[in-house]
Amino acid sequence: MLGFWRPGLAFSVALAGVVIATGAAALSLAYTLDGHQLHYYLGGWPPPLGIEYLVDTVAAFAATVVTGVALLALIGTRRTALAEFPDRLGLFYTLALLILTGITGMIVTHDLFNLYIFMEIGSLATYALVFMGGPRGMIAGFRYLVLGSIGGGFYLLGVGFLYFTTGSLNMADVSSLLVQQQESRAVLAGAVFIFTGLGLKMALFPLHLWLPDAYTYAPSSVNALIAPIMTKAAAIALLRMFLSVFPPGYLTDVVPVGSVMVILGLVGMVVGSLAAVSQSDYRRMLAHSSVGQLGLIAVGIGLATPLGFAAALLHIMNHAIMKGCLFLVATSVRFRTGRTDLDGMTNLGRSMPVTLGAFSVAALSMVGVPPLAGFFSKLYLAQAGIGEGNWLVALVVLASSLLTAAYLFRVVERAYLGNEHDSAALHHDMPAYGSTVGAAAATPAPREAPLDMLLPTVLLAAAALGVGVANAAILAYVLEPGLLAWTNP
Amino acid sequence: MIDEIAARFPFWATAILLVVGLYGMMGKRSLIKKIIGLNVFQSAIILFFIGQSMKAGADVPILPGGAGPVDPDQYMNPLPHVLMLTAIVVSAAVLGVAMAFLVTIYQKFHSLDENEILEEMQR
Repeated sequence: MLGFWRPGLAFSVALAGVVIATGAAALSLAYTLDGHQLHYYLGGWPPPLGIEYLVDTVAAFAATVVTGVALLALIGTRRTALAEFPDRLGLFYTLALLILTGITGMIVTHDLFNLYIFMEIGSLATYALVFMGGPRGMIAGFRYLVLGSIGGGFYLLGVGFLYFTTGSLNMADVSSLLVQQQESRAVLAGAVFIFTGLGLKMALFPLHLWLPDAYTYAPSSVNALIAPIMTKAAAIALLRMFLSVFPPGYLTDVVPVGSVMVILGLVGMVVGSLAAVSQSDYRRMLAHSSVGQLGLIAVGIGLATPLGFAAALLHIMNHAIMKGCLFLVATSVRFRTGRTDLDGMTNLGRSMPVTLGAFSVAALSMVGVPPLAGFFSKLYLAQAGIGEGNWLVALVVLASSLLTAAYLFRVVERAYLGNEHDSAALHHDMPAYGSTVGAAAATPAPREAPLDMLLPTVLLAAAALGVGVANAAILAYVLEPGLLAWTNP
Repeated sequence: MIDEIAARFPFWATAILLVVGLYGMMGKRSLIKKIIGLNVFQSAIILFFIGQSMKAGADVPILPGGAGPVDPDQYMNPLPHVLMLTAIVVSAAVLGVAMAFLVTIYQKFHSLDENEILEEMQR
């Protein structure tokens, strides 16, 4: 609101808000590490009458990841936001904060209907932000709105089925009430509807069709913010469904939601990575790659073993960090060169060395090179698959890693080994914000990105390395106790 | 056959409206019709909730002040109604955002037909 009155304030207020949110999330993580749980009852009504917010280890972990990445993305996109919406800055930051509200709300709420509300809050703000991206962004945003609302509607329908069979909306309450209701067809329908709705929000194949257009045509300031975190929130909600709401074994034995997720996730991994290889626009490539990675997370959730869940959670964090870094690289490149296609990255290794260095670290992590973070989540996932006797999982993880290497190293090849004359021959179709020379036949080499865009990018890349090295500690101290706590609320 | 449909009429109505809404969103080219389809879809869900809160021979759930313990079987379930109030608000917000989108799209492309807009974008 302050942004309307004085635009310069908008960023500071937004930044302060996100810093406080990140601090709160990190503090709650420290607090819940030894098994404490934070309960908050809205309006003082105890459950199951009232709406309960529960922060336990996994929720605090997810909230910390989400707010941390959002903080870095906000800092890194300050300049592009200034350049892209000089007159609507207040609106941009309001929407960004709304997204963060919706997503953290989704993570900490313990009430089924409340989850729907926060999901729609975050989604509406995301639709609006994607829409701000020029004419193609308008169509992409509209399509995302229609599809996303269908997803929310299905989720609400599923919640309705669950409510009318159990009489409660509180997740812990529903989980204890569902134990007697396992043969009910209404619960079955409810499970299917919830899974479909959340799968659509999570861009699970084949419900992912909104994602490539939305991520490609959104304004570059928006991309780094929504791409890493929006779909993850739906994945975390799905994880909560598996663990806290439905009785153990229901979603794998009675209703084969788990197997369906594994199959769809595997197909999504292959399709997403394959589609990414043939793209010529950097952001579209990253969008298809996100579909692939989300397929990986879906497989982890669908396997429904503790190791599978841990792999999925770890990959949620890893993917948020890696994709955040990759999209910030896209923002920096767009800021300096005005282009987002792959050929525009020619020779950037020489002129923007730190940015491309961070890109290389993130790319290696996405492929799964130890000791970077991506390797461990893929390893645990493959182990989980083999533990279930499903060797296809390991095979597809390997295949998708190879494809990931294929499409990410195309960028590396162009950036570090490209030829001078390639970059001059291609046309420009987007305005360059940071370059001072008008578009001519031969463009001078772009300078390195400014420090406040560089720092978050490098921090995220360093986080990919740090998380990889520390992953055993994360698994032992955060994820495993947290997952145990979720199964026995 | 008719008895079966009549006995489960709320479910059939919900299912039919859901499918109509989905068809509107997928099968129609005009963007306005897609939004109408979205609204029908969301209305179907809202009506489902409300229909499920009915009980046979139930009364309106408004109690006079100072009433003692009540028999819940005599009153309709008010919670779904309250939840659906919230869902209607969400639906209205989505409608508002969608209409704002449509206004901007129309100003840019001078058409609300999906095929024409896609052609316009290719140029």
